Amino acid sequence: MNAPPVDPPLLEILDLVKVYHLPRQNLFASASQLRAVDGVSFRVTAGRSFGIVGESGSGKSTLARAAIALEAPTSGEARLLGRAMNLAPRAELRRMRAHMQMIFQDPYGSLDPRQRIERIIAEPLACLDGISRGQSASRVAEALAAVGLGVGDGRKYPHEFSGGQRQRIAIARALITRPKLVVADEPVSALDVSIQAQVLNLMTDLQRQFGVTYLLISHDLAVVEHICDEIAVMYRGRFVETGPSEQLLGSPAHPYTRALIDAAPKLQTARRRAPAPALEGPRTGCAYASRCALVQAKCREEAPELRALADARQAACHFPL
Amino acid sequence: MLLEVANLNIDLPTADGARRIVREASFTLDRGQTLGIVGESGSGKTMTALALMGLLPDGATTSGAIVFEGRDLTRLSEARMQELRGDRIAMIFQEPMTALNPLHSIGRQIAEPLILHRGLSKAAARTQAVKLLERVGLADPARRARAYPHELSGGQRQRAMIAMALSCEPRLVIADEPTTALDVTVQAQILDLIADLGEQSNMALILVSHDLAVIAQNCARVLVMYSGMTMESGRTQDVLARPAHPYTKALLEARPRVSAPRGERLHAIAGAAPSADAMPKGCPFAGRCPLTIEACRLAPPAPVTLRGDHTARCIRIDAAERLA
Repeated sequence: MNAPPVDPPLLEILDLVKVYHLPRQNLFASASQLRAVDGVSFRVTAGRSFGIVGESGSGKSTLARAAIALEAPTSGEARLLGRAMNLAPRAELRRMRAHMQMIFQDPYGSLDPRQRIERIIAEPLACLDGISRGQSASRVAEALAAVGLGVGDGRKYPHEFSGGQRQRIAIARALITRPKLVVADEPVSALDVSIQAQVLNLMTDLQRQFGVTYLLISHDLAVVEHICDEIAVMYRGRFVETGPSEQLLGSPAHPYTRALIDAAPKLQTARRRAPAPALEGPRTGCAYASRCALVQAKCREEAPELRALADARQAACHFPL
Repeated sequence: MLLEVANLNIDLPTADGARRIVREASFTLDRGQTLGIVGESGSGKTMTALALMGLLPDGATTSGAIVFEGRDLTRLSEARMQELRGDRIAMIFQEPMTALNPLHSIGRQIAEPLILHRGLSKAAARTQAVKLLERVGLADPARRARAYPHELSGGQRQRAMIAMALSCEPRLVIADEPTTALDVTVQAQILDLIADLGEQSNMALILVSHDLAVIAQNCARVLVMYSGMTMESGRTQDVLARPAHPYTKALLEARPRVSAPRGERLHAIAGAAPSADAMPKGCPFAGRCPLTIEACRLAPPAPVTLRGDHTARCIRIDAAERLA
C-alpha cells in the first residue's frame, strides 16, 4: 500500500462498478445482471462542486450512494480524503461519515414524521464522538439559523412545514456535522419553481459560508450549472463526457450532451424538434449509438473510452463534436 | 366556440366546511387552438382540468358555466358526461402507470372507447388499436398491443395513453403534466407527438404544467394560476415578453438562467403560497409581492385588460411596469 499523497482529493472514485442481480425470468434461465455503474472514475477537489447529469436509469443515484459508502461497490473504490471507505473498519467509517452528508430528493419521505425537528437534525451527530447534550443543542440552533429557521421550529414536527421548509430541515441535518462534502440527489426537483430558487440560494450561501463542496445529482442542466464547477454526463452506467461546466455546456463534445441540452425546455415560443427516440441498446459498441444522429460504422463495433480533449475535458466518443 | 368557461368556481368539502380552490376562472378555446395552464402546486390548475372532464372529487361543487360544443357540462348528468368523455373530450394523465389498468393489455384498453363510443366490433377495435399504436410511434405495434402496462417503459406507456386518448378523435384533449414523470429527451418527443397529432386532426389542446417553458413551446395562449386565481392570461408570446403580473414576473426570474455566473443569486419569491384553509380575502399573492399596498389585502383583484386579450388581476400593474 502506498503512502497517501500529500494533498489527497476530497473524494476520489476509482473504476467503480455496481452490479445488481435481477430475479430470474424462469427457473432454467440464468439470472440476469444490471450493471448500474459500469466502471466510473472521477475526483472531486475541495471547493469545486461536481455535478452528475443523466436520465433515469443512467446509474447516477447508485453512483452517488456508492460514493459515500451507503452502497457497497461490486468492485472499485471510493476514497474520502485519500482513505478507501470500503476497506475502513466500521468504527472508522462512522467517524468518516461526519465529513460527508446527504440531502435526498423527497422532503416528505426523508424526514421521520414521528420525531421532532431538533431530534431529526441532531441525528448525524451520532457519528461524532464525545458531543455533550449542551453542544448538541447549540449545534442544532446553529444549523437551524444557517438555513433560515427559528430555534422554536426545532420543537415542531415535519408535517408542520411546507416542502421548501422541509428541504431546509434536510439541509440543516446535513450541515450539523460540518461536513466537507454534501451529496445532494435531486435536491430541488420536488419543489415548486418559486421555492426552488430559495433552496438553491441557500445551497450557494452555505458553499461560501461553510466551505461545503457539493456532489450534485440532477437531471436539470440549469440547476447543475448554477451550483457546480465540474460536470459529468452519465449514460447507461458510464460517463460519456466530463469537464468544466462552461466548456461542457457551451460547446459539448459528446452528441448525447448536445441532445440533453437541446431537449431541455426553454422559455421561448419557437418549437424545436426532439432528438430520436431511445431504442434497445446494442451489446457491443457505443451504448448511445442507436440514438445518435452522427453514428458511424465504428460506433457500433467498438465502445469508445473516455479520452482527454482540450480544455480539461474528457469525452467517450469516437467522433467528438 | 368549442369551449367557453365562464366564472367557474370550484369548492371542495373539508371537515371545516367548503374551501374554494378555483375562483372565477374564465377562458375560451376554439377548434384546434392550444391553451396552457401554468401554476405551482395548489394553484388549482389540475382541478380546473378535472372540472372540464367532469371528474372532480366526490362532494366537490361548482358554480359558473363550462360550455362545450353548446352544452353546459356543469348541468349534464353523469350518464351524458360519460358519453362525452373519451369521445369528444379526452384526458392524458401525468402518471400512465396509475392511469392505465395493470390487468388489461394495452390493446384492450385502447379498443375499449372505440367499442363503447363508436360501436366497433371487438375485432375491428383491436385492429384500430394497433393502427393507433403505430400512429403514436411505437415500434412493433401488434406486439405492443398484447403487452401489459408494466412491460413498457415510461415513455412507451405515455405513448399508449396518448393513443387511448386520441382513439375517438376527440375535439378537445386535456393533458395534465403529461411529461413530468419522463426524462427530458423523452419529454421533448412526447410533446412533439401531442402537438403533431393535435394539428393533424384539428384538436384543441389544454396543456397543464408547472413548467412555463413546456407551455411556452407548445401553447399559443396561456393562463397563469396562483392559489386558485387566474393571475394573468393572454398570448404566450405577450405574457413571456411583457409579463404584467408581479407573480408572473417573479416566476420568470426565479429560474436559474443558462450561462449565468455560477452561484449568482436567484430572485427567489419569499415565503410560500397561502394554504387553502387560510386564503386571504384580498390578493392571494399579497403576502409575497414586493408591490403590495394596503388595498391589495382588502379585496381580490379584478382582471385588467392590457392589450388585446392580455389581462392580469393586479391593482398595481402601473407600478409593476415602472419596476420592469
